[in-house]
Amino acid sequence: MTTKIKRLKKKKFSNTFIIIFAVVLNIVISLLMGHWSYSWLPIQASEAAHYVDNLFAFETSIGTFIFLGCTGTMAWILVFNRAPKYDESNGEPLEGNLKLEIIWTIVPLILVLAISTYSTRVNYKLENLGSKIKYDFGAEVPFVEEKKVFDYGPIDVISRQWNWEFVYPNGIRSSELHLPINKRSNFRLITEDVIHSFYVPAFRLKQDIIPGSVITYSLTPTKEGVFRLRDAMFSGAYFSQNQTNVIVESENVFNKWIKETVKKEPQNGLNPAGRLYEKRLKNGNRGWATVKPAPDPKVNEVGSEVRTHDS
Amino acid sequence: MTIVNYDPRLVKTKNPYPKGPNDWKRFFSFNTDAKVIGIQYIVTALFFLLIGGLLGMLIRGELITPPSDLFDPTVYNGLYTMHGTIMLFLFLFPILSGLTNLLVPPMIGAPDMAFPKLNALAFWLVPVFSIILLLSFFVPGGPASSGWWSYPPISIQNPLGKVLNGEMLWIIAISLSGISSIIGAVNFVTTIIRMRAPGMGFFKMPIFIWTVLAAQLLQLLGLPALTGGAIMLFFDLTFGTSFFRVEGGGDPVLFQHFFWFYSHPAVYVMVLPVFGIFSELFPVYSRKPLFGYKFVAVASFGITILSLVVWVHHMFYTGTPMWMRNLFMFTTMLIAVPTGVKVFAWIATLWGGNIRLSTPMLFCLGGLFNFIFGGITGVMLATVPVDIHVGNTYFVVAHFHYIIFNTIAFGIFAAIYHWFPKFTGKMFYEGLGKVHFALTFIGATLNWLPLHWAGLLGMPRRVASYDPEFAIWNVLASIGAFILGVASIPFILNMVSSWVRGKSAPPNPWKAIGLEWLLPSPPPHENFEEDIPTVLNEPYCYGLDKPFVEDEQFYIEKSLKKI
Repeated sequence: MTTKIKRLKKKKFSNTFIIIFAVVLNIVISLLMGHWSYSWLPIQASEAAHYVDNLFAFETSIGTFIFLGCTGTMAWILVFNRAPKYDESNGEPLEGNLKLEIIWTIVPLILVLAISTYSTRVNYKLENLGSKIKYDFGAEVPFVEEKKVFDYGPIDVISRQWNWEFVYPNGIRSSELHLPINKRSNFRLITEDVIHSFYVPAFRLKQDIIPGSVITYSLTPTKEGVFRLRDAMFSGAYFSQNQTNVIVESENVFNKWIKETVKKEPQNGLNPAGRLYEKRLKNGNRGWATVKPAPDPKVNEVGSEVRTHDS
Repeated sequence: MTIVNYDPRLVKTKNPYPKGPNDWKRFFSFNTDAKVIGIQYIVTALFFLLIGGLLGMLIRGELITPPSDLFDPTVYNGLYTMHGTIMLFLFLFPILSGLTNLLVPPMIGAPDMAFPKLNALAFWLVPVFSIILLLSFFVPGGPASSGWWSYPPISIQNPLGKVLNGEMLWIIAISLSGISSIIGAVNFVTTIIRMRAPGMGFFKMPIFIWTVLAAQLLQLLGLPALTGGAIMLFFDLTFGTSFFRVEGGGDPVLFQHFFWFYSHPAVYVMVLPVFGIFSELFPVYSRKPLFGYKFVAVASFGITILSLVVWVHHMFYTGTPMWMRNLFMFTTMLIAVPTGVKVFAWIATLWGGNIRLSTPMLFCLGGLFNFIFGGITGVMLATVPVDIHVGNTYFVVAHFHYIIFNTIAFGIFAAIYHWFPKFTGKMFYEGLGKVHFALTFIGATLNWLPLHWAGLLGMPRRVASYDPEFAIWNVLASIGAFILGVASIPFILNMVSSWVRGKSAPPNPWKAIGLEWLLPSPPPHENFEEDIPTVLNEPYCYGLDKPFVEDEQFYIEKSLKKI
């Protein structure tokens, strides 16, 4: 009798030990995954990036813990609770456990409350989005007074099917977006046709550009380099060509670029979609229907289609 | 009150065909038998799974290399639009309607659906709009190519300026699909509320019935928004109205609200019945009662209600104000709570069970495994700052394929295998089923797991060409897609050969509890005919020594044709 109780106690002890060991191991792996998750993301090149990445790492850790907790339990069951061949008997008839069910309702509730509070805070810290003003589409884009603080701008970001054009406060036009480092730059996001999206992965920022509305937007680049700007809202036939570069420069280099570009005569800017469409026409206009690409923008700074980017 | 007398021939027919013998022609007629309609839906849908899958492989063929070299980008856009449309409206919705048709009447002890003719009408709309949609490949200018969202202004640009164009046919097809689903939903909801067997109170219904009720109510609440939006889009495209046309003062963002008000809940319309399938199958193959039946049942309605107030999470970066983003982030994350209740209940059901890894169980376990992963990436996407980075990238594509294929389609395959003997009267081949599972699991994982990293690095979705740094993830994904294509071979082989010459199935091959398992395989036309059983308990009392129905032995013997 006493030996049976002892054996039971021993079994209970070893079970507790296994559970503690598994939980500790899971916590360690989850923290490592959170740490590792930074390497899955592009270079951090704006002030938003490290907030986003920290949030993502936090969620990766929690997610890994839950994923391994659930699937580890499943694996355990598959190893130890398999029915032998021809055994059709029933398992333990457990119908439920109110305490357990309440726990697994409350704990996820607290978790999602924590995550959404954390990210609401990040939202208020970043505040990239300014105002969205509707105007008569086709008429001149109205001036919008930006109530938020910024250091440089506003730069007009003009998106089209399928090229980008950037107009600086002193009137120069460019096919690539040059920005001074560590200055909060302000933009007016404008589209001339359909919805586009201003997306720079290295900045971790994305904002749709809505026809008939002008949207103001601010961000602070924090790293020098060349980063891809990609249209992220499907915009038709040559959507995947609708990309250009953001070039973040030190203040001196940037000011020098502005001074030199003012002197340049306007010429045809980057328009890879236009080139592809010309090629298509030359090959007999095969394929399904598309609207014609917008003509080449007339810009002071043409930029380069073959520039290598950092991310 | 008039008493309807059944045609005695009808009661005696071996196969569910009122006007004739065991006749394959019944599947090609305007048949009003829910079991025939169910099979019609499923077979049609599986055919479109093949077409949609073929388009998917073409997409992956284009994306295996960075430049756009296999098709012209316009063709690529048409192919991916049709891939999404076919998979959702011609495969997933119809196949779930099919399973619902097959399972609801037998599971609740009803002879048929409440409105059999309406039911047949709902099905026959499927081939009609399918043909309309497929015809759009052949109109000048090609099919719709603005994505399955069909956002204006891109969807109403109509480059050739012709009245008849792919986009127009697309809108007509989608509206008809919506009408078909609304008709189906009216039918399912009425049947479940009015035609349950005596004794089957709401808290004695199978979980599958709970989830169907939750899903179909969601259809009724949400679909009118999409169908209305689609009709306005049709007017803008064809008659030049300005609901969404900016030049006339319309607002394109309005369409996004109409669209997502339904189309986010649509995911739950599809996933809820699959949760029902998981809840039915885990108890059977682990020989244990469903853990926390009532919690699991009520959680379905928690998901229904919450899913109506989350749609703006698709629009976090369209210029939505801050308070709205924060609010919808919170409501979206709340869905994790009832969903978590279900996941934990399934794992607790498995715990300490007597697990049998048959093909349906493998698909369920694989589906649950994938769903836990897809659910976690879903919470990440609900987080506004993270979504602003990964939204509209391949991270989203990977996430929703983890839900829509790796969970929903896995659950559908599990259901097809599990109930195949019941409704065809034949057993399938276990070995081929396991090969199908292995190939599907490997292919699906290889296809969609790597794409998460492409998205994190900033590869936008819907691109026909991409920067070379994303190549590695895309090569892996394409290999996975081709493996998935191969996986369809053992499945088709299994289904066709088993149905034609498989071993005869006993009434209850899996020793499962449930009204449908008290019927012969295949069930007669009117299911229980005059002897509707009285239900005493919910159908999960494995090892509990609680009787399921009154006089169970009578039904078992009747199903074995001993009476």
